[in-house]
Amino acid sequence: MGKYLVKRIFYMLLTLFLVATITFFLMKLMPGSPYANQQKMTPEQLQIMNEQYGLNKPVWQQYLIYLLGLVKGDLGTSFQYSNQPVSYLISSRIGPSGQLGLQAIIFGLVIGIVIGAIGAINKNTWIDTSSTILSILGISIPSFVLAVLLQYYVGLKLGWLPIADWGGFSYTILPTIALGVGPLAETARFIRTEMVDVLSSDYIELAKAKGLTKFGVVFHHALRNSLIPLVTLIGPYTVALMTGSMVVENIFSIPGIGEQFVKSILTNDFPTIMGVTMLYSAGLVVVILLTDIIYGIIDPRIRLTGRRN
Amino acid sequence: MTENILEVNHLEINFHTYAGDVKAIRDVSFHLAKGETLAIVGESGSGKSVTTKSLMGLLANNAEVMGGEILYHGEDLLKKSEKQMEGIRGKDIATIFQDPMTSLDPTMRIGRQIAEPLMKHKHFKKEKAMAQALEILKLVGITDAERRFKDYPHQFSGGQRQRIVIAISLVCYPEILIADEPTTALDVTIQAQILELMKELQSKIETSIIFITHDLGVVAGMADRVAVMYAGRIIEYGTVDEVFYNPQHPYTWGLLNSMPTLDSEHLYAIPGTPPDLLDPPKGDAFAARNDYAMKIDTEQQPPFFDVSPTHAAATWLLHPDAPKVTPPVEIQRRYKIFSEQQETKIKANQNLAEG
Repeated sequence: MGKYLVKRIFYMLLTLFLVATITFFLMKLMPGSPYANQQKMTPEQLQIMNEQYGLNKPVWQQYLIYLLGLVKGDLGTSFQYSNQPVSYLISSRIGPSGQLGLQAIIFGLVIGIVIGAIGAINKNTWIDTSSTILSILGISIPSFVLAVLLQYYVGLKLGWLPIADWGGFSYTILPTIALGVGPLAETARFIRTEMVDVLSSDYIELAKAKGLTKFGVVFHHALRNSLIPLVTLIGPYTVALMTGSMVVENIFSIPGIGEQFVKSILTNDFPTIMGVTMLYSAGLVVVILLTDIIYGIIDPRIRLTGRRN
Repeated sequence: MTENILEVNHLEINFHTYAGDVKAIRDVSFHLAKGETLAIVGESGSGKSVTTKSLMGLLANNAEVMGGEILYHGEDLLKKSEKQMEGIRGKDIATIFQDPMTSLDPTMRIGRQIAEPLMKHKHFKKEKAMAQALEILKLVGITDAERRFKDYPHQFSGGQRQRIVIAISLVCYPEILIADEPTTALDVTIQAQILELMKELQSKIETSIIFITHDLGVVAGMADRVAVMYAGRIIEYGTVDEVFYNPQHPYTWGLLNSMPTLDSEHLYAIPGTPPDLLDPPKGDAFAARNDYAMKIDTEQQPPFFDVSPTHAAATWLLHPDAPKVTPPVEIQRRYKIFSEQQETKIKANQNLAEG
């Protein structure tokens, strides 16, 4: 286990290094500069600014300086807000994003599993068909369309929930739904397929032959075996939530990382773009490692090392 | 006369498919006495597994019982509710499946899997159920049972897994054990061990066994009585000796003839394929593949003709007016053994009477 972890962590760091390098040089290729109204600046002013932010140095030096900063945990200083370190910018905004992501994934998984399981148990009936239609809709409707629809109907027409902004749980409900419907639909479809498969297996037949109730068979034998492969989807879900949050946070004007990310791209705030990219990448590789470890724990057939009793 | 704990009368089961109704079970009747082993023999698709699934009330969704009754201690299982069947399954009637590699839940420790029926049917607390499960695990011959109790199925070999499945099925001491080809998926050396274990446990637990198989070699050592199924019907039944050494139905002849013997140079195979049960033939379903078929075989379903009080076969060859036919050489050899057996029996009886 220890050796395995060391190996995995090494590869994780390698991945992050490659991500940092590629994004850094990609950003240097981007047209435009961080200055809002360059035309009005005198060459002297421009030079002073460039010197202050280290933009006058050769690109390879800027790269090395950035890498060195990364190793020390320094993400640099934001261009859009004077003297604000990127790490502060991120940490002050990670709360809403984290809460939203967590709520969305719990909402998506729980409801998705229930809908998928109900579909599988009632295979080829109208219940199954409607749950399939529901999940196809969920997969095909983009989160930003759903977000706007929710704002219009639930927020404006019915007036049940706040349309936008951030301030208490009621403000999180609509964005959570908008963000969570994708994973929900994906989960429902996945669990349905998986469970139909499991329900036709011999061990389910044996469980029935033991005299267990329908609920007992599904709960104790079918569900666990269908849930295991779902763990592999946690990685892709994390990506979906990160990208989804950029759009959804903007639509609901939530002061989260996604919203900040979009703002930073619009203003060419290189250090913030880099910082958020690194945060997302680090989050993803950690989630993937955790997924593999969890998989080993819940599926006894897969152990990270060949442990013999 | 021993008590019949199970009686199946005129069972008819159809499967609804897109192509039409498949008449999988057609007028099947048999009975099972306490403590005996009944073998149901037949090739794939002859309806043997469907018959046993109907006993458990575990038929597929598209199956429909068209008629007949399944009397367990005089009560018709077909009339029981799902709730009542749950109380019977695993407690009074238990089952062993064909493939031990797939019949255990891969993510549940085997101890828990064995204990489950006890918690369900006897309402044992977890510790008590686990303790009893451990006892039965020792009984089925898993070495080092205490340590292996908490292992998962993938940590056991095929033979061991079948022992575990047997433990699960016997943990509530069922009255009837249905073994659906329990040794087919195992290699030959393990087969013998599992059969031995089943016989041993049968005498300990006093359970009756319905043994489904296509392997006549296995039947000879296990069963008291044999029923031969073909195309959804039972076509011949009798004691093991009667069916093996005095077979009357040409299909049974074919089956016995296709068993390899030490001096057989090439293996006999019954020509043709079983009939399509979407539209079963009018007469004897075996007629098309039968070298001994007569005109009436294709027109009218033969009734059962009694050969002895325990032996009957559904073939027109047994009709008093039927012409005498010469069965295959192998069957003649068996007849000879049978008549020798009968003679020794008669002599023994005479000796007994005189002595």
